[in-house]
Amino acid sequence: MGDKVFKIAAAVAATYVLAIIVLMVFQLINGSSAIWSKEGISFLTGSSWNAVEGRESYGAAPYIAGTFVTAGLAMLIGVPISMGIAMFMSELAPKFLRTPLSFVIELLAAVPSVIYGLWGIYIFRDYVRNWIEAPLNSTFGNSVWFLSGAPFGLDIFTASLVLAIMIIPTISSISREIMIAVPNSQREAAYMLGATKWEVFKMAVVPYSKSGLVGASILGLGRAVGETMAVTMLIGNATGSSAFPSSLFAPGQTMSSIIANEFAEASAGSLHLAALIGIGLILFIVAIGINIVAQLLVSRVLKAHEGAVLA
Amino acid sequence: MKKTFLAVALVLLLTVPAATMPARAQTSGQSYTITGAGSTFIFPLMDTWRVQYNNLHSNIQLNYQSIGSGAGINLLEKKTVDFAASDAPLQPNEEAAAPGVLTIPDSLGGITISYNIPGVNGGLKLTGPVIAQIFMGKINSWNDPAITSLNPGVNLPNQKILIAHRADGSGTTYAFTDYLSKVSPDWKSTVGQGKVVPWPVGTGAQGNAGVANIVKTTPYACGYVELAYAYQNNFTYAVVQNADKTAFVEPTIATVAADAAAAGSNLPTADGDWSQVSIVNQPGDNAYPISTLTYVMVYKDMGQISGETPDKAKEVVNFLNWIVNDGQQYATSLLYVPLPDSIKKIDQQGLAEIQFNGSPMSAVPEFGPVAALVLAVAITSIVVVSARTGLNLAPKL
Repeated sequence: MGDKVFKIAAAVAATYVLAIIVLMVFQLINGSSAIWSKEGISFLTGSSWNAVEGRESYGAAPYIAGTFVTAGLAMLIGVPISMGIAMFMSELAPKFLRTPLSFVIELLAAVPSVIYGLWGIYIFRDYVRNWIEAPLNSTFGNSVWFLSGAPFGLDIFTASLVLAIMIIPTISSISREIMIAVPNSQREAAYMLGATKWEVFKMAVVPYSKSGLVGASILGLGRAVGETMAVTMLIGNATGSSAFPSSLFAPGQTMSSIIANEFAEASAGSLHLAALIGIGLILFIVAIGINIVAQLLVSRVLKAHEGAVLA
Repeated sequence: MKKTFLAVALVLLLTVPAATMPARAQTSGQSYTITGAGSTFIFPLMDTWRVQYNNLHSNIQLNYQSIGSGAGINLLEKKTVDFAASDAPLQPNEEAAAPGVLTIPDSLGGITISYNIPGVNGGLKLTGPVIAQIFMGKINSWNDPAITSLNPGVNLPNQKILIAHRADGSGTTYAFTDYLSKVSPDWKSTVGQGKVVPWPVGTGAQGNAGVANIVKTTPYACGYVELAYAYQNNFTYAVVQNADKTAFVEPTIATVAADAAAAGSNLPTADGDWSQVSIVNQPGDNAYPISTLTYVMVYKDMGQISGETPDKAKEVVNFLNWIVNDGQQYATSLLYVPLPDSIKKIDQQGLAEIQFNGSPMSAVPEFGPVAALVLAVAITSIVVVSARTGLNLAPKL
């Protein structure tokens, strides 16, 4: 009897998750249908964004591009640093340091994004503008296209830097778990062959945990793609074709930031609201895709690990 | 006999407090929470109103959620709040979704053109068309002839103008682009008017505070911010040419009020169509041209709000009446502009029209005195009957 009740309760709980997802997709499609029927595929490829009554036209391409550029830059900066942190914690750090370090890293992962945003806009931005952007711009601004523009401190570059800082804790703590999961027999075998610490890492740990590390990075990518508050505060929020990421030092816009910016004042039933919900749908699909890939990769490495223990 | 005495005492105990309730007890004196939602611009003033009104009437709480004008109107359309507050009037499609809404102006704001040019003081003279060109990126340097010719003797640097504008949908943007559309045909045809417009240049920031922060921290930046934010941040701001082109007017509480007073006679009644209302660029030597009204919106028939009772509706009307009259005294200290009398009159007439399920507010039976009377009669008759007949009808004491 108790078993049956438990079974049913668990099944209901599981259905709840599915139901939420289905309802969410339904609502997103339903709410954005007006924009798909008006703009069609050009909603994905167009770049004009005009909410003035009578001249409405919407294209999400600059924001899709902005999302991938900021997330990509954040990965470019964040992943190598995260791997270094994870490697240090799993391979090199003395025993007494490992627990407090990993605790601090996990603590960083729990800092709300609005805190990163506030820090970024009030403190970090000035340093970025004065110490990085202005010198780079005055030296290379005329010759290198992605360093041109007028450094403002509120642009794609600053947003990407802060995003990188935000995804480092996520990626490094998962990568550490995965590296620790590598059986010691692997390391011992490499040491036996006379390998140095770096060679052990390169030959024993990395090949064994490769897909898991990729999965950890993709989870970080997922966070970077969906991140809203910090990006909205730092990216400069351009709209329309000027939001196309043309330079690191130009203001841009991501999918989540334009929703955060304009949703509250979009009047109910308007095409503007439908366009924002349409962007929400695109973001949802991108986020789900990224997470599925990450889950597959992480679960593959964990399965392999179990296999190793059994063998 | 003792029983009768006790019963009389009980009657007195119940009726005396009811009878001595203050004269305002047209309403029941019961506790109510008035709900409102919308504009973030009005929130500091609304919050002061909440505290001050609660000091006067401790039974009334206000729950005001500053979630943005559009979201507030959305809740009003769904009939889940007593009133909405918005910085822009209802647009035709919103009017259609929420028919029978009264528009009650509750405060005024002025919008400054604030700038941060090292070495240049406040009071840069600008005209409407020049401001439009600056915000379109057509004038992109501070020493452009269009600006220097208006400001002889001011040493303007050869520096790029960095434009800061609002990224979020905003009533401030609505009013500012309203002004630019009125003074510049070029702006009207290429950018237009709205809460969100396609900005040709510049960096977007969240809220007045966000734009203020950019202007404050970025040399050669220029942005439009509400009067209160410009004052609080000690910004340097431009003096703007008035509609009559007779003078350059500094944005102050007095000059914004002068602009609104000039507009007051042309405004519709509270139940009229406000979608085209604009108070920018009004005549008068002393009228600061970039001014805007902010509104509360309430259904003319409050019976349709879900969970509304006649008594609560009356409290809502009392509260709204208070904010447009006595409440205006708190505006100046928070750097809002008090309503001129011509607009107050529109509000009072509008609020007097509010009904509950078709019957005017004053005819709704009032709980307090009526209930006390009924209770007194009932208890007295019980006492009298039980004393006369000897039956024990009174509750055992």
